[in-house]
Amino acid sequence: MMKKTRREFIKLAALSGAGIAAAPLAAEASAPITANEEAVGMLYDATLCVGCKACVASCKNVNDMDAAPAPNDADRLWDAPEDLDYRTRNIIKLYKDGEGDFSYVKHQCMHCIKPSCVSACPVAAMQQEKDRGIVFYDKDICIGCRYCQVACPFNIPKFEWPKAFPKIVKCDLCKFTNLKDKGIPACCEVCPTKAVIYGKRDFLLAEAKKRLAENPGKYQKEIYGEFEVGGTNVIYIAGESFSNLGFRELEFDSNAAFSENIQHTIYKGFVAPVALYGFLAFVAIKNRKNHHGHGHGHDAKHEDKHGSEK
Amino acid sequence: MALHREKILTPSFWVLLTFTVIGFYCIGLRYVMGIGAVSNLSDGFPWGIWIAYDVATGTALACGGYALAIVIYIMNGWKYHPLIRSAIVTSLFGYALAGFSVMVDLGRYWNAYSFFMPSRWQVNSVMFEVAVCVMAYNVVLAIELLPAILERFVHSTNPRFPKLKEYARKIYPKLDKVLIFFIVLGITLPTMHQSSLGSMMIIAGSKLNPIWQTGFLPVLFLINAMYIGYSVIIFESTLSSVAFGRPFEKEVRIIAKVVPYLTAAWLIIRFADLYYRGHLSTAFSGDYYSKMFLAETLLIAGGAYMLTWKHFRMSPRWVFVSAVMLCVGGSWYRFSVYIIGFNPDKGWSYFPSLPEFFITLGLVAFEILGYMVLVKMFPIMPNLEGHKKSA
Ligand code: SF4
Ligand code: SF4
Ligand code: SF4
Repeated sequence: MMKKTRREFIKLAALSGAGIAAAPLAAEASAPITANEEAVGMLYDATLCVGCKACVASCKNVNDMDAAPAPNDADRLWDAPEDLDYRTRNIIKLYKDGEGDFSYVKHQCMHCIKPSCVSACPVAAMQQEKDRGIVFYDKDICIGCRYCQVACPFNIPKFEWPKAFPKIVKCDLCKFTNLKDKGIPACCEVCPTKAVIYGKRDFLLAEAKKRLAENPGKYQKEIYGEFEVGGTNVIYIAGESFSNLGFRELEFDSNAAFSENIQHTIYKGFVAPVALYGFLAFVAIKNRKNHHGHGHGHDAKHEDKHGSEK
Repeated sequence: MALHREKILTPSFWVLLTFTVIGFYCIGLRYVMGIGAVSNLSDGFPWGIWIAYDVATGTALACGGYALAIVIYIMNGWKYHPLIRSAIVTSLFGYALAGFSVMVDLGRYWNAYSFFMPSRWQVNSVMFEVAVCVMAYNVVLAIELLPAILERFVHSTNPRFPKLKEYARKIYPKLDKVLIFFIVLGITLPTMHQSSLGSMMIIAGSKLNPIWQTGFLPVLFLINAMYIGYSVIIFESTLSSVAFGRPFEKEVRIIAKVVPYLTAAWLIIRFADLYYRGHLSTAFSGDYYSKMFLAETLLIAGGAYMLTWKHFRMSPRWVFVSAVMLCVGGSWYRFSVYIIGFNPDKGWSYFPSLPEFFITLGLVAFEILGYMVLVKMFPIMPNLEGHKKSA
């Protein structure tokens, strides 16, 4: 009896596991991600940025964001954000090392080509425009689960932690404000040195490559965002190494694509779950018949569960 | 019906009630002042113990009903009945706890109805799959439990609710005929969402330490849920033998025999995967993450190893000890995936705040309270005196 049970158990475990186990292997052969031709984004050239923070101010102004006063600002009048948070979609930071090297850097949403936040969101509150590739947020749908925060490789979406009725905050390329009104994101519009420019991704990438080729000594060889997590629509060039500028070294594969592939392999056309259900139902019903045939001596109460005895 | 009329207002009842009240007070605070005011959650660690424990681990600990249903209805010709009802009740309470915590954790809970609007479904989302499966499973569990509730009324000698008795009499046999289809659904759904609870962290990519980040997370979580489920049954059954002065259920030993096979399969996948990805050395490097890995692995392997010996399997005490090791080790693994191994970037860290603990504790206390009351009022526990129904 036990022999049989054990064997069947392993069989079952193998069966239910097999589909899921096969998934990561199958998922590895996923198609490469390519940006849409119409995709728009920004190019930030750290060597041109003078750290005036006009983009920070303008972003707040245009998108109606609260000030983030410094801790010792008793009047709480001045905006002095230390990092991205629910009041700040966009920030300029200064990197400085002992040697006298320094560089400014701007952080905001990278508008990934295959965004993890969109893939993670269970209710489609994080969305991506089909043509332009802009990743934006709809607070009226969001349930505040913060899976987008877990998923984003750049830790971009921010949550209004101190509020009783919070929402998620992130750069949406001024989709509903400056871009809509003036055809250009606020930060790009006000930048006095054109350190950050707006345009189609193809154009921006070509421009970045041109600058690297013209001035190889000035720049790092890498274009950050060209390949990271499958590529982003906001790309960077800089004179300092990107790890110094606060960028994580990231895999070139898109986690979102990998995750979706696994999920789709398991749930493709819902075949596997339905098959599992059918198989289990078949075995269970067969077992019930056998069981009744043998007529085990349970007390009446539990026998009730099987019906027919009545 | 003496068994089902036990005293409810025991000292442990009051202790649990105290924790429940504190917990609900903190929940109140959270709704008035915001999640940030009561928790240590941050933009780097947006998920804390409410998700890692109450949802990701709690539902595994609630997998007793699932694990047992596989044995009873699929593998073993409907044999080990006595345990199934209490296992289903525990599952129901464990999953209800998860649902409850999610409503505490959701920042924009008033939008949660989105899950019932197909136009908002985002089927690429792993969380969507988990949420829908878990909700469906809760319904299925409630249906599976219905016979026990109905029995209470069918056999009721209390003349106060004649209508209820009549209804119960009518529904009971009908429900009985279709119950099997719900039972099977009750096996399919956890298979789906327990594996998806693993998939959930795949999208976190390199934010999750490579010791845990793998495409095999769904399989690992599924098998993990199974052996935790069986261990919980052993744990629960041993505890209730003591608490209710019942004899040690011998079926437990048979279940104990199955666990090492599952655990072995799990460990093989775990190590093969680490080897294949070239992270075996990361796992044994001796740093913080490696220590966490060793702790969970030793608990799991140790607990399972003990169960391979007949000598230990025959002793209620040792079976209990190994069940505890497996539960702790298995839960530890889930914690590692959701919190311990999670490192979003430099400068972020997370340790739960006191109110966070109190909310989780309060919800667990509430769950146990409800369990105790239900078990004492309805015929859930295997019946001891063998009282036949009053025909
Ligand atoms: S950077 Fe983060 S928030 Fe922005 S699109 Fe990518 S995943 Fe989404
Ligand atoms: S927090 Fe909102 S936007 Fe983010 S994943 Fe959850 S529902 Fe989507
Ligand atoms: S694109 Fe708009 S929202 Fe995004 S950083 Fe620039 S100004 Fe802010």
